[in-house]
Amino acid sequence: MKRETMINAALLLAMIAVPLWAYYAGKPFTITLATKVAILALAGVGLNIALGIGGLVSFGHAAFFGLGGYTMGILASHAQSYSPLFNWPFLFEGSQNMLMIWGVTILVSALAGLIIGLLALRTSGVYFIMLSLAFGQMLYYFAISWPAYGGEDGLSIYVRNGFPGLNTLDPIQFFAICFALLLLALFFTHRLMNSPFGLALNAARQSPLRAATVGVGVFRLRLVALIISAIITGLAGALYADLNRFISPTMLSWQTSGEIMVFVILGGVGRLMGPLAGAALFIILEQVLGPISEYWHIYLGAMLLLVVLFARGGIIGSLAKRDAAHE
Amino acid sequence: MNNPVLRLENIQKSFGALVASDNISLDLRAGEIHALIGPNGAGKSTLIQQIAGSLAPDHGRISLLGQDISKAGLSQRARLGLARTFQISELALEDSVLQNVLLGVIGASGRVFRFFRNALKDQDNITQANTALSRVGLLEVAQKPVSTLSHGQRRQLEIAIALTLKPKVLLLDEPMAGLGGSGSKALMPLLETLKSEAPILLVEHDMDAVFALADRISVLVYGKLIATGSVAEIRANREVRTAYLGDEA
Repeated sequence: MKRETMINAALLLAMIAVPLWAYYAGKPFTITLATKVAILALAGVGLNIALGIGGLVSFGHAAFFGLGGYTMGILASHAQSYSPLFNWPFLFEGSQNMLMIWGVTILVSALAGLIIGLLALRTSGVYFIMLSLAFGQMLYYFAISWPAYGGEDGLSIYVRNGFPGLNTLDPIQFFAICFALLLLALFFTHRLMNSPFGLALNAARQSPLRAATVGVGVFRLRLVALIISAIITGLAGALYADLNRFISPTMLSWQTSGEIMVFVILGGVGRLMGPLAGAALFIILEQVLGPISEYWHIYLGAMLLLVVLFARGGIIGSLAKRDAAHE
Repeated sequence: MNNPVLRLENIQKSFGALVASDNISLDLRAGEIHALIGPNGAGKSTLIQQIAGSLAPDHGRISLLGQDISKAGLSQRARLGLARTFQISELALEDSVLQNVLLGVIGASGRVFRFFRNALKDQDNITQANTALSRVGLLEVAQKPVSTLSHGQRRQLEIAIALTLKPKVLLLDEPMAGLGGSGSKALMPLLETLKSEAPILLVEHDMDAVFALADRISVLVYGKLIATGSVAEIRANREVRTAYLGDEA
């Protein structure tokens, strides 16, 4: 078996073992941390499709993450107050059903990905980075200045949204939902990487001219990749809002974009499980170093610097190094 | 059958004051190798780019099998069968040789937007890719990353990828550059057989190869086509001799 496959399996096993242990040891906070890892990893899996496979350095994925969060917040707050979102052209009421919320999140994120992609993908390199950042910041300031849903203060949702047949207030059950979605996204990404679409996207990252010369429409290819990426990160945002039962413009800020990017880079750009490894390390560092110093990010920064300078494949890449020699 | 496969009419392209293509008209007939020669900076690569669709001419018309393709984009022209190789290899270096060729098969088929099928296990596509690879003699290195290939192998790979497009026309931009004498000789029989499948517009600096291979030659100097004719006609052309060939010819 390839080393990377074994590392991936070990990571997934740990993601199951730790919450199970915490469940029997009666440590709900640890389960919540594992849930946070699963959700942030999901956001990273989304970005990894655009950034890792497609080479689209989006510095605005907080836009999708935040849109997912606000979709959840807006739907749930209307359900709480029994006031419909709109009456015309059809009656649209709020919802506290996760499945409904996810459905709307997918539509909203896909639409945002489409619009941002149509405009930003006309550029590349540093211009694309700046445009994606600009779109994220536009939404951020819009959320701050829009009072209807809490504005700068954010918005609390008092009861976690429901999932048919499950008690989402039970930490281990909510973890199971998030982890299942993560697994689904990972499975999809795995298939995508080996698919004709993945092959073309991967080639277009290395040489767009090569891809176009054999008849691949690179713009459309990247647009679809960005939309898929947006949907996955958007779903993560909806889950994150459910985890905290709170949304705020912070979810849309460029710092959030940066954090999602840090998961991907720490874990290994373009590696299937990179975002999971990165998000797990991020949360572990936060828990271990956080109590020691409130400036723990400086250690994160140092680590990121080391990865970028000496270990381009991130954690997964460094651990799986021997694969390259074997193949 | 005497209609040209590819026809350029009055192609004009300027970069500021520099005229890179000055009213160029040219055709490529079925079964021929048409060599395009000229000194460095004559505008050969600019012309190839305009034919392939990565650069738009200011004026003029390009047609493929009688169909006007002037407005078609790069990838659209590729799907119509306009295949091209690059002067400096354009390949996905991290991917395997097979993956690079499969990209051509997938691109040509227009079935790019498939998210679940495993591209590396699709027997139909792999058979097509392997056929192309064996024609250029790269089947043995199919699983190797392109980054480990020699310069010459990369040039062969470019041709293999072009073949997967089921080309109607081959645009080969200096396929022999950097191959050395023996490498060029090895490539020549392949080009000889390819021309019956798709006519070749060949940009090449290696004059021995051009005179051996070409059915017709066009000479480009400072963006202007100064002569088109058979090998003998071009060799005898006084204007060409002073502009390009020098005394050695």
